[in-house]
Amino acid sequence: MYPFNYHRPQSADDALALFKAAEDGIYLAGGQTLLPTMKQRLAAPTDLIDLCNVPDLRGIELETQAVSVGALTLHSEVAGHEGIRSALPVLSSLAGEIGDSQVRNRGTLGGSVANSDPAADYPAAIVGLGATIHTMDRSIEGDDFFKDLFETALNPGELITRICFPVPERAAYQKFPNPASRYAIVGVLVADFSGEIRVGVTGAGPCAFRASGIEQVLNADLSPESIDAVEVPESGFNNDLHASAIYRAHLVKVMAKRAVADLLN
Amino acid sequence: MAKEQGIGAAVKRKEDLRFITGSGRYTDDLNQPGQLYAAFLRSPYARADILDIRSEEAEALEGVVAVLTGVQMAEDGLGDLPCGWQVKQKDGSDMVSAPHPPLAVQAVNYVGEPYGIVVADSIATALQAAELVTTEFRELDPIVDLVLATDSERIHADVARNLAYDWELGDAEATDAAMQRAAHVTRIEITNNRLIPNAMEPRAALGIYEAATEEHTLYTTSQNPHLERLVLSAFVQIAPEHKLRVIAPDVGGGFGSKIFIYAEETAVLWAARRVGRPVKWTASRSEAFLADAHGRDHLTTVELGLDAQNNFVALRVSTRANLGAYLSTFGSSVPTYLYGTLMAGQYRTPNIHVEVSGVYTNTSPVDAYRGAGRPEATYVVERVVETAARELGVDPADLRRKNMIPPDAFPYETPVALVYDTGNYEASLDKALALADYVAIAERKAEAAGRGKRRGIGLACYIEACGLAPSKLAIALGAGVGLYESGEIRVNPTGNVTVFTGSHSHGQGHETTFAQVVADRLGVEFDAVEVVHGDTGRVEFGLGTYGSRSIAVGGSALCRAADKIIAKGSRIAAHMLEAELEDIDFADGQFQVRDSNRSLSLGEVAFASYVPADYPEDLEPGLSEKAFYDPENFTYPAGTHIAEVEVDVDTGVVELVSFIAVDDFGHVINPMIVEGQVHGGVVQGVGQALLEHGIYDDQGQLQTGSYMDYCMPRADDVPDLVVDATVTPCPHNPLGVKGCGEAGAIGAPAAVINAVVDALGTNDISMPATPEKVWRALQG
Repeated sequence: MYPFNYHRPQSADDALALFKAAEDGIYLAGGQTLLPTMKQRLAAPTDLIDLCNVPDLRGIELETQAVSVGALTLHSEVAGHEGIRSALPVLSSLAGEIGDSQVRNRGTLGGSVANSDPAADYPAAIVGLGATIHTMDRSIEGDDFFKDLFETALNPGELITRICFPVPERAAYQKFPNPASRYAIVGVLVADFSGEIRVGVTGAGPCAFRASGIEQVLNADLSPESIDAVEVPESGFNNDLHASAIYRAHLVKVMAKRAVADLLN
Repeated sequence: MAKEQGIGAAVKRKEDLRFITGSGRYTDDLNQPGQLYAAFLRSPYARADILDIRSEEAEALEGVVAVLTGVQMAEDGLGDLPCGWQVKQKDGSDMVSAPHPPLAVQAVNYVGEPYGIVVADSIATALQAAELVTTEFRELDPIVDLVLATDSERIHADVARNLAYDWELGDAEATDAAMQRAAHVTRIEITNNRLIPNAMEPRAALGIYEAATEEHTLYTTSQNPHLERLVLSAFVQIAPEHKLRVIAPDVGGGFGSKIFIYAEETAVLWAARRVGRPVKWTASRSEAFLADAHGRDHLTTVELGLDAQNNFVALRVSTRANLGAYLSTFGSSVPTYLYGTLMAGQYRTPNIHVEVSGVYTNTSPVDAYRGAGRPEATYVVERVVETAARELGVDPADLRRKNMIPPDAFPYETPVALVYDTGNYEASLDKALALADYVAIAERKAEAAGRGKRRGIGLACYIEACGLAPSKLAIALGAGVGLYESGEIRVNPTGNVTVFTGSHSHGQGHETTFAQVVADRLGVEFDAVEVVHGDTGRVEFGLGTYGSRSIAVGGSALCRAADKIIAKGSRIAAHMLEAELEDIDFADGQFQVRDSNRSLSLGEVAFASYVPADYPEDLEPGLSEKAFYDPENFTYPAGTHIAEVEVDVDTGVVELVSFIAVDDFGHVINPMIVEGQVHGGVVQGVGQALLEHGIYDDQGQLQTGSYMDYCMPRADDVPDLVVDATVTPCPHNPLGVKGCGEAGAIGAPAAVINAVVDALGTNDISMPATPEKVWRALQG
């Protein structure tokens, strides 16, 4: 690890001010990606701005048709929260499958979403459920949030405060984990909003996206079999040691079918 | 001594209290006053010439004590790292061993190869300084591909075709002729995937030099500290043996990778002398991936000839073995004498010929890894036998049974240089088939098909050779060291016992099993026996732990030492009891005059030996004896492993649903520890079959350099393992033991892949059988 300045601001405004003043500052939430990267000397921020004392970044609120989760909420809190488990069980089960228990006890929703790791699980929920990402001064629709590999719609220093997940009638998430890292090689979340189907895909491409072709056929016929007819083009998909783009494209369909089967059960 | 703590008892491990309470003392736990820390300069390229190293900026950094390179090491007269096994080629010439300086001087030949060491007052400073060193390299095209390597530029100036050796074993002519006459020939090409060892504790070293006495001390993660001392002294010439102490304290796993004499440990000790202060280095996991010796990495063509009655008549094996950039300590022997000699397997194949090309590439050196040659051999034999059964449409178990060496054929001389001492292969096969409910596999397949899964079953009937021996033969075949073991037993004046062994425990539980053996032999309490190992300053000599040799060779040495204790004790007892020596019997810790009630305990005799008042005149005081045990033959553990898998046809995911291991390890000292060894070995074998793969890209960069990409098996990758045994005691060692440390890793890969092949109905799938590979095989 390279030397850095450590800050623990007491407000979001202070955090932003520190960020702006730093030569190469970075926010620290759960640190589950950032700290290992720094330890391996692959990242060398000048300033680490720890958000742990910033108020209003925590807490889970159950609204009429939505679940609002503070950015610093731990994966384990989402996974174990009784209210989420009954209102939006797909989110708690997704969170319960992230990494291992150490990661789930430190990693945060906001940290994961802001990082836009192509293989992270939460992004499938952001696009699949059509979540709204609230920052200090605006709201960003889930569909517009992920831009590319580790790139989001956030401006430099812009801090996610809460994420609001609309509650569908039913939903299911299916993940094909990388055997080594257990990140998603492909993860597909299918949600049914009173007949309007949304399909969010993570792992397959440079960032999470909606699978519009699959949505189309499911809107016509919500059944696993209907997905057989869909062509999922592998163009632009990730291609690495663990899975070729073609295999990922195939897995998108398989995971989508399994999610639909789950959802119908 | 309580029977429940003697030989055969599932005694809980003595060492576990300190391990599970965090009280173990590993190399990195140790610190010395004035200690400094090392970081290594490592090559970022797979092949490059070193043109210039500029370290002024690094040396100017506060806290940096020295930046040392291979040039200075050479100036100090340190020698190369030797390869300890001289393999003779087909034409009788010696293998071609390229010079291997501990720190590269003129050229680097694999990514991660160390060429300098930075010593500083903290780890952070050492790492920062290492980054400030600017090295000018001339990049060269790396030779990475094992097939193309022999037609590529020379990696080492003196090694034509990048070929270390071209070796053979067996009768080529007779094998060719028998193959010609065969009614059926099965031919397959197989890959044995490169593995990266991943012991839980990475390598570490703490070097100490006392200028006033010229004493060198190296604490390090070694499986064989005496060998480390011998090589550092005789070959690297860092210090004479009597001025060099090597201590391997608690060591967290080795699996072979800590046998070898590496650059870093050598450099740390040398640097400590150069700077006059203790120097410590602990590998990061990333360094471990790059610079620990890797395992396996073979390409093989194998042909099995069968006559019209399905008898095996000939086996022809041609292997290309990747040795990496340099010959590691035992790298040359693994694909030759530890591999070719096992090609008979459990079968009476009369004609066998094996040829092996040992090839240099610009990758990390390859050496022994759990099983070391025997998993590769078992994979060759058991894959080709399985394929033959499929081609001939006969039951794979029946074909194996038909060709097995029968129990009355021992000792059995194979066509590939070994004499199997004893065994009953069919007994293990039968027991494993019964445990697997083999006859009902069709029903299970049908049931799985109803769930959209393809189920398959696979066998591996393996044999291995443990306790490499005897020394004379091994040395004649090129080994640079003897293969005996030493043991010393000191009965202390108050009757408790300190045991010194030259083998080393780094997870095997010797402190428990060796204590069981000695307690049993001497009839003392298990808790009254303490086992000392891993310190050249306390143990006279030893050859360490590898090749499942510790109980068969090290345990036997202790038995011999115990015999000497009993012999001397009998003389003392005869004198004290005023009886004839031949009338003294020893049992359960008592020396007794036959047919009388006169007896003395071992403790009483020991006390008398140290306070020799009433004592034989012609006998030396004291009750301490040592023995060197040189086995007359290998031991030959064997058994049958059966794997059952289910393949998800949609994704290609292979689930291991059951695994049965029936092993014949001869007598067993501690069945609980043996079961644990089988568990660990099987899981490593499953890892090789389904998950693990060390991959270099065409530029020689390691693509699987962390746990994000190198897939180690985890608890949820394996079902509950069924472990059972048959027993034919080893006839030539005093305990009747064979060794159990590697069997799991030897049998499992072939069993699992045979099961996958059965499920898929294809003839091959290469290891590791990853989901995408299996899915593609399913697409046809």
